[in-house]
Amino acid sequence: METIIFYVFAATSVIGSLVLVSHKNPVASALSLVLTLFSTAVLFILLLAHFIALIQVLVYAGAIMVLFLFTVMFLNLRDESLRFDAVKVPVKLGILSLLLLISGYFIFIGFKKIPPLNTMVISHPEPFGTVEGVGEVLFSDYLLPFELTSVLIVVAILGVVVIAKRRFD
Amino acid sequence: MLWVEIGISVVKIALVLFVVLTLVAYLSYAERRISAFIQDRLGPNRVGPFGLLQPIADGLKFIFKEDIIPEGANKPFYILAPAFSLVTAIIALAVIPIGYGFNTTFFGNLNEPIHVSLQIADINAGLLYVLAITSLGVYGIVLGGWSSNSKYSLLGGIRSAAQMISYELSLGLSIIGVIAIAGSLRLYDIIDAQAKVWFLIPQCLGFLVFMVSSFAETNRLPFDLPEAEPELVAGYHTEYSSMKFAMFYMAEYTNMITASALAVCLFLGGWFPLPFGGWFGIDIEKYWYLPPIVFIAKVFLMLFFFIWVRWTLPRFRYDQLMRLGWKVLFPLAVLNLIVTSAIIVFV
Repeated sequence: METIIFYVFAATSVIGSLVLVSHKNPVASALSLVLTLFSTAVLFILLLAHFIALIQVLVYAGAIMVLFLFTVMFLNLRDESLRFDAVKVPVKLGILSLLLLISGYFIFIGFKKIPPLNTMVISHPEPFGTVEGVGEVLFSDYLLPFELTSVLIVVAILGVVVIAKRRFD
Repeated sequence: MLWVEIGISVVKIALVLFVVLTLVAYLSYAERRISAFIQDRLGPNRVGPFGLLQPIADGLKFIFKEDIIPEGANKPFYILAPAFSLVTAIIALAVIPIGYGFNTTFFGNLNEPIHVSLQIADINAGLLYVLAITSLGVYGIVLGGWSSNSKYSLLGGIRSAAQMISYELSLGLSIIGVIAIAGSLRLYDIIDAQAKVWFLIPQCLGFLVFMVSSFAETNRLPFDLPEAEPELVAGYHTEYSSMKFAMFYMAEYTNMITASALAVCLFLGGWFPLPFGGWFGIDIEKYWYLPPIVFIAKVFLMLFFFIWVRWTLPRFRYDQLMRLGWKVLFPLAVLNLIVTSAIIVFV
């Protein structure tokens, strides 16, 4: 059962990310990213990380992507042709199938090394993936990286404001 | 044993779907009757006794209406949008518990009694699940507005995106006080923590922020700018007709049910009948059907409150809406959070 769910949602997330980079319509790209984020959240649930999965949907799919879509709709970009459209479709397909072949090869090798899903799940300690588990680790062992990440995000926001303002002036 | 559990889950899902969709149909009837009462009119009273069959007539009419897809609309997204709204609205209800559940052997057909809980899924972070799924609901509205290829729809969609993001913040913050007191994100534990006193009393500020934000999140009247009819015709669903329009409508009412049920779970004591004192020594194991009755009665009261407010208050202007969200509700929610956590830590 878990294996079936894993393969279905792994495939959806891969397809979603392929559509994301290949579709001409920016709204379709944004929505396929939502699909990818959602299927990744399902994969997190399979790994018993319920909290991470829900936060992923809540923050990325529910808030950040809505902002993205908001901007895309506000500028009303319709079927904006992509810059690198010069690459012909057969070439794209060729690259795609090559990548699929390579990844398929690695998957077949991986099958022998990766333990089945069920054994991976059982080996986790008890508070793993719950709110308590994530919160405790986040505010004790990983406090410094956590705070540094938020500083990094503030820096990124400031940078965006500076760059955007320069263009206006 | 496994098959029994799957069977119970399927029955529960079917039951919730049936009850919710019927309730949605009758909410539209209640809305029209109550609005008529408030405005000193009669309301629909022709189909069946007291007009009680009106929702069926409405449903039939929706099904047989012509389904128009406007020219220049983005067809896949145009079809996807109402379905997306309705699905996200309905699955959010999956984690709402309405009672303790009961043990049964199905009239002696099982060897040992099995526990039937009165919710579909018992998720450890159930509250987050509701927030996450309802936050996805905005895509239906935004997509519907964008794909219709109409300026009114587009404006409605953009307004709803901005409004929902703004109010989701204060909604989420207003809940954290409750989570801090209950010490859990599981809705079942949160309700159980209210046995002594409803969270409405220690968290009255949080409740205020929560209620105002959930009115905004459900696009109900003081905040129904995404569909403000004097300015935007009908907002994001201007171009929709037939069953697709009905799906948007059903999604709105389902969101109202979710918001009411969430308010009952978090602040109004869930299945405890009075603000103090829990069950007064009633044997809940025996009378297991009492909690669901109390819970559902409270949800009905909240739904009535939603309708009542809609026909009492006028609509905000857009800048007033944004000012209220960011400059009043958000600071209030932060203040509530700081005071609550200070009391928990120091007292």
